[in-house]
Amino acid sequence: MNILQWQWSAMTPEFIILGTATLLSLIDLIMKDKLDRRVLGWLGLVGIFIAGFFVVRNLGQDPVQIMNDMFRLDSFGTAFKLLFLSGAALVFFMSIQQLDQREIPYHGEFYYLVLTGVLGAMIMASSADFITLFVGLEVLSISSYILVGTRKKHIQSNESAFKYAVSGGIASAVALYGMSFIYGLTGSTNLYMMGERLAQAYQRVEPFQYSPIIYLGFFLLFVGLSFKIATVPYHMWAPDVYQGAPVPVTAFLAVVSKTAGFAIIVRILLTGFKDITEITDDNRLSYVLFDELSLYIGVIAAVTMIIGNTLALRQTNVKRMMAYSSIAHAGYLLIPLAAFYIPLFLQQMLFYLLAYLLMTLGAFAVIMVVTRDRGTEDIKSFAGLYHRAPWMAFAMTIFLLSLAGIPVTAGFFGKFYIFMSSLAHGKYLLAAIMIATSIISYVYYFAIIRQMYMRPGDTEAKMFIPSTITIVILITAVATVLIGLFPGVVLEFIVNNFNYDLLYRLQ
Amino acid sequence: MMEFDLQRYLLTMIVLSPLLGILALLLTPRHRAGTVKLIGIVAAFIPLLLSLVMYVQFDLNQEEMQFIQQMEWINIPIPLSTGVGYLPIAYEVGVDGLSMPLVLLASLIAFLGAIASNTVSKRWKEFYIIYLVMEIGLLGVFMSLNLFLFFIFFELALIPMFFLIAIWGFMDREKAAIKFLIYNGVGSGIMLISFILLFIITMTLNIQEIASQFTDPLSQLNASDQYTFVTENMRMGLFIALLIAFGIKMPIVPFHTWMLKSYQESPFAMIMISSGIMIKMGAYGIIRLGVGFFPQWALDLAPMLALLGLINLLYGAVLALVQKDLKMVLAYSSVSHMGIVLLGIAAMNEVGFQGAIFQMVSHGLIAALLIYMIAVIYERTQTTTLRELGGLAGQMPFISGIFLAASLASLGLPGMSGFISEFQSFLGLFNSLPVYAAIGTLGIILTAVYMLRATLQTTFGPKQERFHDVVDARPIEVVPMAVLLALVILIGIHPAVLSDVVRATLQNLVPGIGG
Repeated sequence: MNILQWQWSAMTPEFIILGTATLLSLIDLIMKDKLDRRVLGWLGLVGIFIAGFFVVRNLGQDPVQIMNDMFRLDSFGTAFKLLFLSGAALVFFMSIQQLDQREIPYHGEFYYLVLTGVLGAMIMASSADFITLFVGLEVLSISSYILVGTRKKHIQSNESAFKYAVSGGIASAVALYGMSFIYGLTGSTNLYMMGERLAQAYQRVEPFQYSPIIYLGFFLLFVGLSFKIATVPYHMWAPDVYQGAPVPVTAFLAVVSKTAGFAIIVRILLTGFKDITEITDDNRLSYVLFDELSLYIGVIAAVTMIIGNTLALRQTNVKRMMAYSSIAHAGYLLIPLAAFYIPLFLQQMLFYLLAYLLMTLGAFAVIMVVTRDRGTEDIKSFAGLYHRAPWMAFAMTIFLLSLAGIPVTAGFFGKFYIFMSSLAHGKYLLAAIMIATSIISYVYYFAIIRQMYMRPGDTEAKMFIPSTITIVILITAVATVLIGLFPGVVLEFIVNNFNYDLLYRLQ
Repeated sequence: MMEFDLQRYLLTMIVLSPLLGILALLLTPRHRAGTVKLIGIVAAFIPLLLSLVMYVQFDLNQEEMQFIQQMEWINIPIPLSTGVGYLPIAYEVGVDGLSMPLVLLASLIAFLGAIASNTVSKRWKEFYIIYLVMEIGLLGVFMSLNLFLFFIFFELALIPMFFLIAIWGFMDREKAAIKFLIYNGVGSGIMLISFILLFIITMTLNIQEIASQFTDPLSQLNASDQYTFVTENMRMGLFIALLIAFGIKMPIVPFHTWMLKSYQESPFAMIMISSGIMIKMGAYGIIRLGVGFFPQWALDLAPMLALLGLINLLYGAVLALVQKDLKMVLAYSSVSHMGIVLLGIAAMNEVGFQGAIFQMVSHGLIAALLIYMIAVIYERTQTTTLRELGGLAGQMPFISGIFLAASLASLGLPGMSGFISEFQSFLGLFNSLPVYAAIGTLGIILTAVYMLRATLQTTFGPKQERFHDVVDARPIEVVPMAVLLALVILIGIHPAVLSDVVRATLQNLVPGIGG
């Protein structure tokens, strides 16, 4: 088939992001050092919005596969791409007026590295093949390694970049090792092909059983990929990296990178492993993924929720605390995978990811302003915030209540929704752990609230909040409350556009 | 036509009317303390006024819910092979004889609490805004006909309470607030688990529909040959889960420590709200949801309920006897009095239930009055320690008189609401569980002892030098005292004001129990 005959238009959003990133890097190259780099940020935003426009145009279209079925445009990918792009747009808004020249001397880099990171994430969401998937993963990873280290003169930033790169490299290696088993068994890197052949291989008992290799492949893949979503056992990097990285980068990691991790895990599990079935002793058709493997995912989810929420209790650094909080939220997000409920689980995940995106980015925007103003990341920097910037304190309260899962917020409904399915599936223990750890989380989220409202700060001076940050806080706070009040609207949109069935429909 | 509209939207108007006040407060400059407080009080008066309209319009002969309003709210889409199905969560409110008095009580106490709060000395604008948000929750809980809505309103009352204790409380306020939050968080968590299980079992969140599905012998849930059948163990588990969830709120004795702490540290108006309304949310939940959904298990476990009630009653009374602080006497007295509510429920007959409802309303009024009196005394003497008080009757005869009257009401003097409530609760219990009832009467004697001890140590005795310049009640302070005491006496001598309202509903509720 002629390369030129492929329907390249399916990749329009990716091309736009790639083009914008390239353009920005070129402009950055020829621009005089002294000139303000903010214009790059605005240009990048324009690029993101155009790409977003094309993603929206792809809504409701039939799936398209190009490049020898390596790249797949479908509603599943589109949903995640929308999340990535809105996350990236908000990160840009956060940064434009707030990047500190002393902290990040090279602004230009920041902007186009975020864009390449988003590009990697988008490719991950749309790949139907191990090769593209891995390429996307590495594009995202390498961009984030550099982003974490952008505070070149800052020792913590350097340390965290190094840690991130090393542990990320190991995780990629583990995932690749897992892929090699699967490839060895199926002879194909294509996910759909893989799904068919794994199902056959699982049944084979001659010359020897293949199922142990499948399990091995699954575990290695899952563990390797879980690095991106920062669940146990690959969660150790998150606190150090979140603390060391500049706030916008932390926000990017917590939202875009984590969402990309979920995209890729769901895609692989549901295309590669779903069709593996066996006949149980009582003559019932059993899906190995849903009936057996989900148990392990459940264990990981439970441990992640417990570790994330309990360790967050002891933190005094806000960013570190948010890191543990984001670990805990990854645990909640794994529950739909552990309690598969076919028509519902994708909705639950997308809804929670959206809620998580809004509340986390909002919280980071506030954290950014406050820590910059006070010059410290200690939780005490929030003391007296209420007297200095009452509306911002109020918005932060909304984000924290939402993160804690208290009504009426998007975070509450997200948790309610996930919780509902885990109970419906009889995963009582998982549901109980989710509730218990949510209550534990009250303690550390309310610790910030106590600082804001009940502790006197050093100063009562009005706090300066840049206008772009105000926009971010406003959008995220209003959306958090509105989605909490009327979650039905969002759910309806998700069901109409990102129906689970479309994940499988071939051309 | 007009009449019809009012019937339909009245409850929504009541529950949303504090929003008007919030809006007005947001537009008021914060330095105008007087205006802010006035707006706060007026805003809290509107729901009371509307609730009175509701009381007048209430149809006494109607057994079912009244003033019902239903609206679509959230539809959870479920993709099916045939298209998209929906799991509806509706906004539905309504009241019957059980909840109507509590809505009225809530709006009354909230209004009086707003008056009592005019002594707030810092950040009054925020205080009243948060206060009004809480009022929305308090009112909404009692009128929700939907578990999801119930939960939302429940939380909407708890979270503002956290702020009100933590910012405006006494010395150790933050610890008390966190304790409040965690205990109630655990309660809410258990509540949420049981609500969602109920949702999954019945596929509806409507309270009446769930109740009828569980109690109707012909429903799918009771057909033992169907896969939808709900086992007895499951029912018992759900009943006990609901009991624990609401027991924390009520509070039933091992879970009462959060209340002690918050009594000690909350601002007085918040104690009024907490013991006047919030702990009634727990009792209401037990009756409406626990007994309403699982009458058979409530009947089977009635001795256990009675035992819990006895423990509450006696434990609270004995400890109230040895407290050194007036506030703590009241805290334990609340624990003790909520025991009587439990005893009334445990009776599982019409008289007992009536007693429980009477006791909820009566204790709401009396506790609010007593705490308001303490607030007034504290404002003048700056102490609530019994040893430091005493001899106040000489300086402030009016306040002391009302305080004495409130204590008498609390210990169940005939002619006041406390008597009629306890009488009915025990009467009911003597019918079904006479031994428990006999032991329980011991509590009444203890109540008399500790209430009189506390009152006498406060008001009687030699005049103290350092209180020589305190003044008697100011006109604005007389309002809450007069209103509450008048209602206590009114219910005491003319119980029909309340019993007429409850009767029809009870006749509907009790046959379900078969008692």
